[in-house]
Amino acid sequence: MHIAEGFLPWQWCLFWYIMALPVIAYGVIQIKKVTEEHPESKPLLAVSGAFIFILSSLKLPSVTGSSSHPTGTGLGAVLFGPAAVSVLAAIVLVFQALLLAHGGITTLGANDFSMGIIGPFAAWLIWKGTRKIGWSTSIAIFLAAVMGDWLTYVTTAIQLSLAFPIPTFEAAFVKFIAIYAYTQVPLAIAEGILTVVIFDYIMKLRPDILRTLKVIEPEEPNKNLTRLFNG
Amino acid sequence: MVEKKPIILLALVIIIVAFPLAIYNGKGESLGYFTGSDDQGPAYITSTGYVPWFHSIWTPPSPEIESLLFTVQSAIGAIIIGFILGYYKGQASERKKENQ
Repeated sequence: MHIAEGFLPWQWCLFWYIMALPVIAYGVIQIKKVTEEHPESKPLLAVSGAFIFILSSLKLPSVTGSSSHPTGTGLGAVLFGPAAVSVLAAIVLVFQALLLAHGGITTLGANDFSMGIIGPFAAWLIWKGTRKIGWSTSIAIFLAAVMGDWLTYVTTAIQLSLAFPIPTFEAAFVKFIAIYAYTQVPLAIAEGILTVVIFDYIMKLRPDILRTLKVIEPEEPNKNLTRLFNG
Repeated sequence: MVEKKPIILLALVIIIVAFPLAIYNGKGESLGYFTGSDDQGPAYITSTGYVPWFHSIWTPPSPEIESLLFTVQSAIGAIIIGFILGYYKGQASERKKENQ
């Protein structure tokens, strides 16, 4: 989903910066607020960022015979909300743009919009929706992470089709979806599974922080915690 | 007690990743296999006649250096997660001891 440096006309670079910056600014405010109100959530914020660092560095093979990388943003979106993730994703994207020539500074706005905003926002919505209708945390976090990952790549395909509607937007979209979104399906599923594993572990060790962050409901009886305290 | 769920899930991830390598065994980059979607996108855009107007300020000088920096990126992430979850794990077993 990294649109390479210079691979968007400057008007589009500017447009996506304008779309992404307010969300990033709001995310900074939100991160400040949550870490001041609940300092005990800081380590989980670091874990969320670190998870994005790892997953977005792993280029995995796909059944389509090409390769791509997951995004890792679903976890942070569920724990801290999509705006906070737009900040974490921006850090990763700057790292990759400057040190790896992967993505770019001119396309940072567009890349943060797909990986840091649309993907995490979808993940957060799916988490909220599936929890509301009573699905288990494992299924909910799985679907959230899978769709967050996949929709990031769909967004990239849309962004490129808008910038390069050759010969038409539809034709370009079919082309870019084939490159980005098909490859991504198995990788999104792998990301979903990995996110379930780390989320389960966090829920087992520190359900108290998840409750303060209102990720899980306070009244929800947690067998693991009871087991932990009762020995 | 070893929990089975994470082990089964991690095994599933390995299968998802290894499966494409098995079915396309012997086919490599020279035949167009396993190139990155992040590279195919720009390749297609260039084929439409577009010329990028800006280039990366710095590019890793060789694939080795690039893989070094990718490894550094994942190592940073891994050490943070290992440290924090390890710390939580230690706290949890301390709590367990106190309650016994």
